[in-house]
Amino acid sequence: MGGVTKAQIGSFLARQGILIAFALFMIGFALANGRFLDPDNIMGVIRSSAILGVMALGVTFVVISGNLDLSVGSMMSFSTIVVLDLHDKIGPTMAIPLMFSMTLCLGAFVGFLVGYLKLNSLIVTLGMLSAIHGLTLTYSGGKNMDIIDKEGTWFSVFGQGSALGIPVPILIFVLLAAFLGILLSKTPFGRKVYAVGGNGVASTFSGIRRPRVVFMCYILSAFCVATAGLIQASRSLGSQNTVGQGLELEVLAAVILGGASLLGGSGTIFKTVIGVLILGFIQNGLLLVGLQFYVQFVVTWVIIILAVWLDIAAKRGKLWSPIA
Amino acid sequence: METGKYSKYLKSGAIWGFIVLELIFFTIAGEFLSLSDKAFMDADNMLLLFKQSAPIGIIAMGMTIIMVNGNIDLSVGAIYAICAIVLLDSMTWPMFATLGDGVIPVAWALALLVGVLLGALNGLIVWKTGVDAFIVTLGSMLGYRGLVFMYNGEQPTSHLNWTLVDFAEAQFLGLHTPTWFLLIATTAIWFLMNRTVHGRNAYAIGNNREAAVNAGIRVGPHIMINFMIIGFLSALSAVVFYSESGSVNPNDGELYELWVITAVVLGGTKLTGGAGSIVGTFGGVLAIQLLRKGLSHIGADTSTVNLVIGLILIAVLFLDRQLNIKGKEELKV
Repeated sequence: MGGVTKAQIGSFLARQGILIAFALFMIGFALANGRFLDPDNIMGVIRSSAILGVMALGVTFVVISGNLDLSVGSMMSFSTIVVLDLHDKIGPTMAIPLMFSMTLCLGAFVGFLVGYLKLNSLIVTLGMLSAIHGLTLTYSGGKNMDIIDKEGTWFSVFGQGSALGIPVPILIFVLLAAFLGILLSKTPFGRKVYAVGGNGVASTFSGIRRPRVVFMCYILSAFCVATAGLIQASRSLGSQNTVGQGLELEVLAAVILGGASLLGGSGTIFKTVIGVLILGFIQNGLLLVGLQFYVQFVVTWVIIILAVWLDIAAKRGKLWSPIA
Repeated sequence: METGKYSKYLKSGAIWGFIVLELIFFTIAGEFLSLSDKAFMDADNMLLLFKQSAPIGIIAMGMTIIMVNGNIDLSVGAIYAICAIVLLDSMTWPMFATLGDGVIPVAWALALLVGVLLGALNGLIVWKTGVDAFIVTLGSMLGYRGLVFMYNGEQPTSHLNWTLVDFAEAQFLGLHTPTWFLLIATTAIWFLMNRTVHGRNAYAIGNNREAAVNAGIRVGPHIMINFMIIGFLSALSAVVFYSESGSVNPNDGELYELWVITAVVLGGTKLTGGAGSIVGTFGGVLAIQLLRKGLSHIGADTSTVNLVIGLILIAVLFLDRQLNIKGKEELKV
């Protein structure tokens, strides 16, 4: 095994860097605080990461297709508020599908603008972030939404229930991740998403209907957002209008941490899940070690930049950028 | 090339046409819907409009350079908050206690210095690592905001210095102090972009980076200087605003990046770089502030403002694309 060169080690480190960093973090936190690896603690972290995670799954598709989605945070507020409001008006059985279809309509609108009209996704979703926030406030009249009968509704099952000893949010997250992971890596649609993001012009010339693929990515993203809104609403059974504010950037951070390139064409569902878990465990670990809650923001900053830097350094074979 | 010229004029004039439309609409609608009997186009109201545009406007000037250069900066809101804390807190530090009112320029200088340093850090990372500016500043937006919270927890940082407040509320030649700062920043950046080598190089780099490199332009230092400028302007914006208000919450400046980018895009700057004008950005800033003010004048609440601004942003993008396609006859892909 003497033939392993420094470059090979470097490229291995860079390619699997995110997993190595994850392992190092886990070991470090475990040594620093014995409660960190407690099954209850681990369950708790995954459970609280589930909402962010579910949204990150959808955004992964959008990012791989070469676009951005900054509207997921305010869209999540929208679906949470809508489902809570409808719950008392028409009952949970009707409220959930209605909320899903309303959220999907918003996703379809964004998908139409970015996919078919080919508008810049950063600006479109920035506009939608503001517009949907306005829509939510108009819908709720600016008031907090609360379910009146909090004890007597089965609606709480999505956020608070558990099946086979596993909390339902984790189950939803895992099932959705498995489904979308298969969709992305094993189906023609998934390959089209990579093709569109990798080289849009080439994919058009090879007969892929690019607008439709982009459109579908935004629909998937909206579906994930609606699911996240459902979990959020069911967990708290009441909500402010700004519940999802700022989540779009945390979601994006998780997806980038998982190694998806913002230029499109790369990234996987599995790595996004790792990215989500890293964010969740760092937050938890820092708290257990006794640091302030806000330290996690600074640590996340350093990790994001290091992760992306190592990733592109491995691709170009040099640590420092060639920019003169 | 008559049609090309026509569409160019249409595009550069569009933002001013939009402002005129807004003025007419809110004046007429205000007659019927407003609760106050003051006219919308009241002189005091318009002066206030300029003053209120200053915090976003000053940062937007820096964002124009950054975006012309082909980058983006999401961390401006966090830099704004940090500098505000430095400004207010440094005035209470014991080591400056003997200075009396002489502490004001020291505090200003400290806040501006911190802004430049934070911007320089962003620029240095973008330059040396080659990581996309969107990711770098997304990260530092989280990181800098974390520093803000670590400084004083969720508590507001407050300090009122009446000499400073008097200065910030003063009116010179009829305009408020913040308005003057906005005008000075606009003029300075306009000069930088249109009359200096650095400005021309910024356009060149944004338009075609390869070509700029081949022409011997050093891209890295330009990126770094531009990030230092936007850091400085974010700090200046904080200095101007908090000199008057005297209290900063750790959440202040959140979503500023979105407002600033909206103003810059409304002003006609391309996200892809290489095109954009300071005058256009000034128009974009005024248009947004006018919209906020006008909507509240006719009794609409913030939710409507958010809705309308989001939709206008998308509409502008759509119209801009339509005009571009007619000019260029793009390859249909």
